[in-house]
Amino acid sequence: MIGILALQGAFEEHEKMLHALGCQTVLIRKKSDIPQDLTGLVLVGGESTTQRKLLRELDMLDILKERIESGVPVLATCAGLILLAKEISGGEQTCFGCLPVRVCRNAYGRQLGSFSAVGDIGGVKNFPMRFIRAPYIECTLANDKDIEVLNITDGRITAVRYKNILAMSFHPELTEDTRIHNLFVDMTKNIH
Amino acid sequence: MNNDRYQLNKELAQMLKGGVIMDVTTPEQAVIAQQAGACAVMALERIPADIRAAGGVSRMSDPAMIKGIQKAVSIPVMAKCRIGHFAEAQILQAIEIDYIDESEVLTPADDIYHIDKTRFNVPFVCGARDLGEALRRIAEGASMIRTKGEPGTGDIVQAVRHMRKIQSEIAALAAKREDELFEAAKQLQVPLDLVRYVHENKKLPVVNFAAGGVATPADAALMMQLGAEGVFVGSGIFKSGDPAKRAAAIVKAVTNYNDPEMLASLSENLGEAMVGINEKEIEIIMEERGK
Repeated sequence: MIGILALQGAFEEHEKMLHALGCQTVLIRKKSDIPQDLTGLVLVGGESTTQRKLLRELDMLDILKERIESGVPVLATCAGLILLAKEISGGEQTCFGCLPVRVCRNAYGRQLGSFSAVGDIGGVKNFPMRFIRAPYIECTLANDKDIEVLNITDGRITAVRYKNILAMSFHPELTEDTRIHNLFVDMTKNIH
Repeated sequence: MNNDRYQLNKELAQMLKGGVIMDVTTPEQAVIAQQAGACAVMALERIPADIRAAGGVSRMSDPAMIKGIQKAVSIPVMAKCRIGHFAEAQILQAIEIDYIDESEVLTPADDIYHIDKTRFNVPFVCGARDLGEALRRIAEGASMIRTKGEPGTGDIVQAVRHMRKIQSEIAALAAKREDELFEAAKQLQVPLDLVRYVHENKKLPVVNFAAGGVATPADAALMMQLGAEGVFVGSGIFKSGDPAKRAAAIVKAVTNYNDPEMLASLSENLGEAMVGINEKEIEIIMEERGK
């Protein structure tokens, strides 16, 4: 069962895409929603400050962190990337801190700075990227052989793979292109 | 505004879903709202309850005040302009506001025309009481819709009425035969392509929030269960006894709107709610502004 963090943000879009790929999903709004047989976790786009606060106050942070560190595959988009990052530029409070990168929030400015682009995400060629008040990855904080940079747009890292984590600053769930979700679904199948 | 920009603007609204957008009048209030879990703030000089009390003409806020709020928080900052006042909207775009609310809460500047929102790069949210109003605003370029409610009253009845009306009109349109859509477009006074979209997708082409009169976690949960995708809270927070606590409770109520036990514990000991004025006591009906 793939869990989609549904505290706030664009969780329905991820749900729709995973259903189109034939996956079973559950929306996680509170601690008791977290399934025992969690085979994958999606951390969705939205406001990271809102989601971080709700994760703490609904007492879900530690249990999800434990699951992530135990190897459950994670797909993180935009705010999800911020929740995972080990460091946030400007010293802001981190959340899970499982992903060895330093991210810069609202890195392209306000909504007028939101943009779209097309690029390769690792082996996925010509993928449509939607950047909405997006962050980017300032730098990675691990050995190059441990963390794989999947995309660089305008000189900025926007997507990485690290162990069981696939994280990006843009929104594949806002497109019709299922290739990134496919990659993630493959990761969830390979752990068994 | 090109198509991709409009798409990006609709997508920002998608990122706000399941969240609470709070009215704030100072940087200090904006910080309280952000810490309570707001997904965005609406910067304005006076909250609707005070606009109502003060009377007179209500206008766009001082840009310096809005900039102060932009500096204070990292979440999106919205601001209101008067219906039809495209010069106020130009000013808000110049200070890089994240969303403009062309709002009936302020005194309308034009009693016939709304702003041609397709000429702007920043996104707009507009109020609507029914499907026709919602689709007319979308045709003009709005990338997000909210109910009008009756702002500044603390009375939820109008928001409920508007949300139910929009939802039932969407259901009725979805149930029509395709050859009936031309007449439906005529009746609703909206473009045919938007009627076709609603018919096929059984939803508006943009995100739809509840606004107007939300004062308690239960109010927020009610609107979510009626089909709202998120909630604006205006006077309900900073006119209450304990704004930080009430704001945090409303944020959690919007996430877990289907869990009565959690809603019960969230509703405990929130202190004084805004007193409010009921529908029958108000003199200015703001929802009738802009059709």
